[in-house]
Amino acid sequence: MGPYLVRRFGLMLLTLFGISVIIFVMLRIAPGNIADILFDAAGFVDQAEKAQIMKDLGLDKPIPVQYASWIGGLLQGDLGFSYVTDRPAIQEILPRIPITAKIAGLALTFAAVIGIPLGVISAVKQNTRLDYILRVLSLSALSMPAFWLGLLVLMGFVGFFGTIPIYSDAPQSFGAALVMYCVPAAVVGFRSQALILRLTRSSMLEVLRQDYIRTARSKGASEKVVNYRHALKNAVLPVVTVLGLEAAFLMGGLVVVETVFNIPGVARFLVEAIRWRDYPIVQNLIMYIAIIVVVVNFTVDMLYAALDPRIKYSD
Amino acid sequence: MTSIDYRAELAKAGANIDSRWAKLRFLARRYPLGAAGAVIMAVCVFAAVFANFITVYDPLSTNAALSLARPSAQHWLGCDFMGRDVYSRIVYGARISLAVGLGATGLGITCGVVIGLTSGYLGGWIDLAAQRLIDILQSLPLLVMALLMTASLGPSLRNTIIAISIALVPSSARVVRANTLSLREQPFVESAKAIGMSELRIAFRHVLPNTLAPLIVLATAQFGATILIEAALSFLGLGVPEPHPSWGRMLSESAAEYVRTAPWLVIFPGLAISFVVFGTNLFGDALRDILDPRQRS
Repeated sequence: MGPYLVRRFGLMLLTLFGISVIIFVMLRIAPGNIADILFDAAGFVDQAEKAQIMKDLGLDKPIPVQYASWIGGLLQGDLGFSYVTDRPAIQEILPRIPITAKIAGLALTFAAVIGIPLGVISAVKQNTRLDYILRVLSLSALSMPAFWLGLLVLMGFVGFFGTIPIYSDAPQSFGAALVMYCVPAAVVGFRSQALILRLTRSSMLEVLRQDYIRTARSKGASEKVVNYRHALKNAVLPVVTVLGLEAAFLMGGLVVVETVFNIPGVARFLVEAIRWRDYPIVQNLIMYIAIIVVVVNFTVDMLYAALDPRIKYSD
Repeated sequence: MTSIDYRAELAKAGANIDSRWAKLRFLARRYPLGAAGAVIMAVCVFAAVFANFITVYDPLSTNAALSLARPSAQHWLGCDFMGRDVYSRIVYGARISLAVGLGATGLGITCGVVIGLTSGYLGGWIDLAAQRLIDILQSLPLLVMALLMTASLGPSLRNTIIAISIALVPSSARVVRANTLSLREQPFVESAKAIGMSELRIAFRHVLPNTLAPLIVLATAQFGATILIEAALSFLGLGVPEPHPSWGRMLSESAAEYVRTAPWLVIFPGLAISFVVFGTNLFGDALRDILDPRQRS
């Protein structure tokens, strides 16, 4: 396990280095740098002034130097300045993280609480009408764009309450806060719960065919005990893994749902920064997303061995 | 992973039929949901190909008098704020979705096949380097990777296809590599080597055809995902730009305002996206069951 852990950790660092290079290069080959954009917006070009801006922003230095300065800053927590607001990028990003984290946490909870029990039911009732309904519904959830579901939810709010949930920094009541976070979280988690349902179902079906389940039944254990005490314990392992990976991959859903519900989180901020070509923000946010994904992947891999004694990693 | 003998599976299920139509009828009866998915996909292709014949209005022509007109006998699905017919835009929008779906899936899978096949077949440092590249590309969620690419390339139909295809490369490369690793040890590869065939020829002529079944299953799943990503990118204003009638673009941010005043602008384009992706998912599930019985749900 030891050498494997070291090797896997080394590969994780290599992957992070690779993605940092890709992010940096992709944003440097984008047509027009910030100096061009500022001058396009102003409608005139004073070459000396433009050169001064490029010097101030460090854009006149060679690309490897720019890269080293970015990574050096990143490691020390200095994320540079937002081109658009002229404030330190960290001050722009930090206050938005808790908002997105709350929605992501609630979305995962929603996905697990709804997806796992429905997956068990679907497997236990295999090939019944209920199973077919659940399978078609989960496939529909996977086919529905998250932003459209968000718009439909808004439409439902207008129809039933005559208003839509509006984000506020200081919600007036616990109920208001619950609606403000839970509704977008349910929209983001809707796709994940369908994925968890399908995975739990197939994992349960596989486990239910095992000999030890037959043994449990022949001992006279009730269906409930067989399903929940014996089968689910083993079937849930791959589901936990996917849930961990989904945590990292929720960002896709969050990007559109924060936009629909007008929530000032990190995900919506990323889209705004791309529109404004605020590259320090875009570069740092995407790098942070990559760090989260890679670290979660690594942790899930390691946890897998800890949770399932049958898995032994060797070099 | 070895190659999949789906014909044997069909024969076991009683499909010992020679005629192609009879086989199709048999499969449609055995996999009704998959057949429904195929019909939905066929409807989408039909709409895209014959858009000129099944619409009356130009999807781009504006008419201020018809701004936000409700659904009526003349305009079945109503009009948008510029007075453009929503039905025509949805039908023509199928062309964009199909173009992005086919283009991005085709490009992504082609690159994935080349990377997966060479790394799996040649092994050594090429395999190590390709594996790291795939790890790197997989360290971002699909939509975020596509966002990064569009941020770099700028919004246009061609760039949307390229941006999404790059995000799709890792999964196909992994599937092809895994298959190639087991196939290269098979006796038919040894025989080909023994008669003096070049490595490249063996890889593309003998190994690749045997990885096609899982690749087709993956391509179908990716096709739906591609349509969803394009819709999300266009919704965010970073995908296919105006005036192209992209379904995602039709639901752009301003749609949140129309939730109260013009719900038809929200309902119908979203239904079109969900309907087509649902069809590809149904079809993909059935295809997986037919071509890869070990993964049968």
